[in-house]
Amino acid sequence: MPGLNTAALPDLIFTVLFFFMIVTHMRDVEPLVRYDVPLGTELQKVAHKASVVYIYVGRTAKDSDQFAIQLNNRLATVDDIRAYIEEERSRMAPEDQALLTVSLKADRDVPMRLIADIKEALRQSYALKINYSATKRPQ
Amino acid sequence: MFKSRKQRSLPELNTTSTADISFMLLIFFLVTSSMDSDEGLARQLPTPEDPTEEQELVVKKRNVLLLALDAADRLTCNGDSTDAAQLAGRVADFVANAAADPELPELSERDVHLLGRCKVSDRHVIFLRVDPAASYNAYFEMQNAILAGYNQLRDALAQSRFGHAYAQCNAEQRDAVAMVYPQRISEEIGNRQLE
Repeated sequence: MPGLNTAALPDLIFTVLFFFMIVTHMRDVEPLVRYDVPLGTELQKVAHKASVVYIYVGRTAKDSDQFAIQLNNRLATVDDIRAYIEEERSRMAPEDQALLTVSLKADRDVPMRLIADIKEALRQSYALKINYSATKRPQ
Repeated sequence: MFKSRKQRSLPELNTTSTADISFMLLIFFLVTSSMDSDEGLARQLPTPEDPTEEQELVVKKRNVLLLALDAADRLTCNGDSTDAAQLAGRVADFVANAAADPELPELSERDVHLLGRCKVSDRHVIFLRVDPAASYNAYFEMQNAILAGYNQLRDALAQSRFGHAYAQCNAEQRDAVAMVYPQRISEEIGNRQLE
């Protein structure tokens, strides 16, 4: 039996590699809080990556009952949200500013009190488009 | 005996390990990137109100669907306890009021671009009353069910009038369908008015 010509094997792997590069994106935020987003069915993709601002709400430690907010690599409180939105907004191009969307990635057990405070802070900074991050529920 | 051999060629590179190099690159990308979900429930918050204004909306009882979520994550719809699965159906029935039931919202006759004259459901309001101690998951499932109800109606209308689902409609068609079934939701978490 002649040996298989394995010269084309890396090309196969490169194909898989390019697939992953296109499908995922570089994680530029280290998660400091643990969260499990809820499951839903009526989900829409967040349009325009450039106009998205992320807010993470989750547990500070495994099995902890304390929930914390993370804005861009550091833990913060509800009062920091307005400054954060302004900062992110000033970094965007004008056409992206009009489409500014806040992607709220919150753990399932977060009490609504905290979510309500966050939403009020967003409202005050006129960041009115909000997207409650979730994963698709298997039907 | 002489060896009439060509000049001895250089030994070929063993290429079997080039696949390993590409595995390394692949694993590097898998580790540094994240398959974070970038989908979710898209909602719009209302503009911040002037806190000195007190708005009292006078709404007829038939036009109101009152959804309450208490601290123990129990969902009630107009007083009857329900769950997220049934809620989508109830919202759809409430908003559409296909049979012009006097207990369900009033429909108005309007001229809608692309659809002509039709009954639009623009008088209904869904009131959400959420206890601050309720969990985000219960709130999310409630929002999901409400949106499912609206999407059910919008898909049915888009399918019957345009031949494809609401998501496949172009912007004009979507505006037309959204005018027939607008999302009118008013939210109150604790004593704070939102939406």
